[in-house]
Amino acid sequence: MAMTERPLKVLIAKPGLDGHDRGAKVLARGLRDEGFEVVYTGLRQTPEMVATAALQEDVDVVGLSILSGAHLTLLPRICQLLREQGMADVLVTAGGIIPDEDIPTLQDAGVAAVFGPGTSIGEVAAFMREHAPQRSE
Amino acid sequence: MTTPASASGETPSAAEAGTAGSGTRLANDARAGSRLALSRLLTAIESRTAAAEEALRSLYPAAGSAHVVGITGPPGGGKSTLVAALVAEARAGGRAVAVLAIDPSSPVTGGAILGDRIRMQQYAGDPDVFIRSMASRGHLGGLAGTTAESAAALAACGFGLVFIETVGTGQSEVEVAAIADTTVVVQAPEMGDEVQALKAGLLEVADIVVVNKSDRPGADRAAAQLRAMLTMGAEPEPGEAEGQAATMMSDARRPRPKRPSVLLASGLEGHGVRELLAALDDHHARRATTAQPHAARLARARAQVEGILADRMREALWSSARRASADALLQQVAAHDLDPYAAADLLLDEISERI
Repeated sequence: MAMTERPLKVLIAKPGLDGHDRGAKVLARGLRDEGFEVVYTGLRQTPEMVATAALQEDVDVVGLSILSGAHLTLLPRICQLLREQGMADVLVTAGGIIPDEDIPTLQDAGVAAVFGPGTSIGEVAAFMREHAPQRSE
Repeated sequence: MTTPASASGETPSAAEAGTAGSGTRLANDARAGSRLALSRLLTAIESRTAAAEEALRSLYPAAGSAHVVGITGPPGGGKSTLVAALVAEARAGGRAVAVLAIDPSSPVTGGAILGDRIRMQQYAGDPDVFIRSMASRGHLGGLAGTTAESAAALAACGFGLVFIETVGTGQSEVEVAAIADTTVVVQAPEMGDEVQALKAGLLEVADIVVVNKSDRPGADRAAAQLRAMLTMGAEPEPGEAEGQAATMMSDARRPRPKRPSVLLASGLEGHGVRELLAALDDHHARRATTAQPHAARLARARAQVEGILADRMREALWSSARRASADALLQQVAAHDLDPYAAADLLLDEISERI
């Protein structure tokens, strides 16, 4: 079979209970326009739902949007589930309302970058392109 | 999830696992139950890698027993919701179910929004449900170019029921019927007047037509209209006398449209879903006992082999050894010094000489 170049595949999900997903939708749409294949799973995701979707879709990047304040609980849990299912190499990023002082904790847990309000979609796309895992096949 | 070693004696190539390539290893791990391996295999299939071809060759003998169901219809008709309801019903019966959900790729950027999972999320952690989104990647016809191969991989990995949800279709995206054992066309009650049901295209390939959103006004009337229109001139049921149906056609030997059953359902509320799953099973069982399945599977085999043949020829044509002479011919065609038919014949001769 002839090899074709694979677009980057990104999961955009909103873990937790906040009910506001305009930002996540704008990001999903923007990444689509950057040529990414964006799996959008929407609101109120449990960590298990996010990890299952990442596994079954074999995504390169998991982008998590969170506004509820539960990021210190939910994001490390998602990173842990991804590692447990053999997906330690997946790039995990977060966006939303996350205080600066929490960022080091999240980075220790496996979140590669935290994008605050005002980050452009171009910056997010560039970061994902640069840091997504290289696949051998 | 850790990947178990591929030492189980069930897989045909387990004996050679020591020397097998990455494709065979991936296939063995996927068949042994590793969902990560299955997922990576589907990615390889989508990218048409050499490993994917190797894996598919080893999986093919095990891929024949699943029931592949195509779910198609216009955008917004409730396909995803109906598939989610069918998955729930099948799980209630203890069956392993997979879903391939296809959404369109942008013709401009190649990007895509894959949004069908939104309605199918209650199965996180259930190893007997596997849902995978696919972008169409420029393929027309309502599917992705590698949907059939992906369905075969899922079938070989123990999913006895595989749903293929097409992109929202217009009137002529009928490709799913060629790769599914059973094709379901989902319509909303507001599908239009009776003339829509007279038109050629999508409805002709349906084995089952579902009027979804049956809780809405007009659903019963839409179903009645569809029933009246779709039974005209259709193939008689097995055992049925050649009555009125036959006399409408001038020549009994001409191919006839199928006669789909028309069901009402509400994917959202769950009404009619049990009946729909029973109708799917019934269709599958009936085809297994008539001569028809053979014809359909033969047609599918032909399409697959022709597709691979075309790929192989394209590869041979553009391989570095032949690239220069092929390019030279194209230049002549572009300049109208050579007609395209003559160029194709020349290249065909060249390829077959070297095979």
